[in-house]
Amino acid sequence: MIVISKILIGYLILQGAILSLISSIGILRLPDVYTRNHAASKAATLGVISIMLGVFLYFWLIEGHVNTQVLLGIVFVFLTAPVAGHLISRAAYHTNTPLWKNSVQDELKQAKKGK
Amino acid sequence: MAFQILLNSLIAFIWMFLQNSYTASSFVVGYVLGLFIIFALRRFFHRRFYLYNVIAVIKLLLIFIKELILSNLSVLKVIISPKLNMKPGIFSLETTLEKDWEITLLANLITLTPGTLVIDVSDDNKTLFIHAMDLDDVEQARQDIRESFEKAIKEVSR
Repeated sequence: MIVISKILIGYLILQGAILSLISSIGILRLPDVYTRNHAASKAATLGVISIMLGVFLYFWLIEGHVNTQVLLGIVFVFLTAPVAGHLISRAAYHTNTPLWKNSVQDELKQAKKGK
Repeated sequence: MAFQILLNSLIAFIWMFLQNSYTASSFVVGYVLGLFIIFALRRFFHRRFYLYNVIAVIKLLLIFIKELILSNLSVLKVIISPKLNMKPGIFSLETTLEKDWEITLLANLITLTPGTLVIDVSDDNKTLFIHAMDLDDVEQARQDIRESFEKAIKEVSR
């Protein structure tokens, strides 16, 4: 039982670290604000959540101590990360940050012009 | 829905007073009894029996988690692939949802879906503008959002 939970905890924390690493690579590599935002708001969210889940399970299964604050932290990150991503990209769009040159279409521009 | 839950807790409290035992287990017994009573009297309420809404909320939560994992996989694929050959762009999506919290929930869900990110909501709350990582299958994405998310959210608020 302890061995299984140790494997699970190790897997969760490693997965979170790797996801965070890949999302930071994505922030370096992707071409414009919006695509970078995809990487930052998604991969980082799941990365942080799996690290926190691993920490929660470690203290629960190995140390025998249930810490509900970590669970609340998971819920808060889960709820606020997409909103933050939305607000950053919205602010970028309304300050006329250009899209990547290979972008195909931009229906919001037409809608703004029509007003 | 909130009214039915309040009524159900009230029945549980009355059950506790009838038993003269004030423990968590007698509260649970009273709550289950109250569930049966409310189910039997469901035709007197304006809205449907609230357990259906609870099930719908749980379904929505499961969709949330599933989409989060899928979107991570798709973003990872784009980042790791040696050439950047995606076609990003912004497309619009008409929504039939009306209340503010429903639209917020839909925007959050879309942001966590594979390859889409909400940029703006039009002033009349009828159109969402969505930045997509890969525009090749916009119609498909629209269809998916309508089929799964809007339906699930409507199921919650019914």
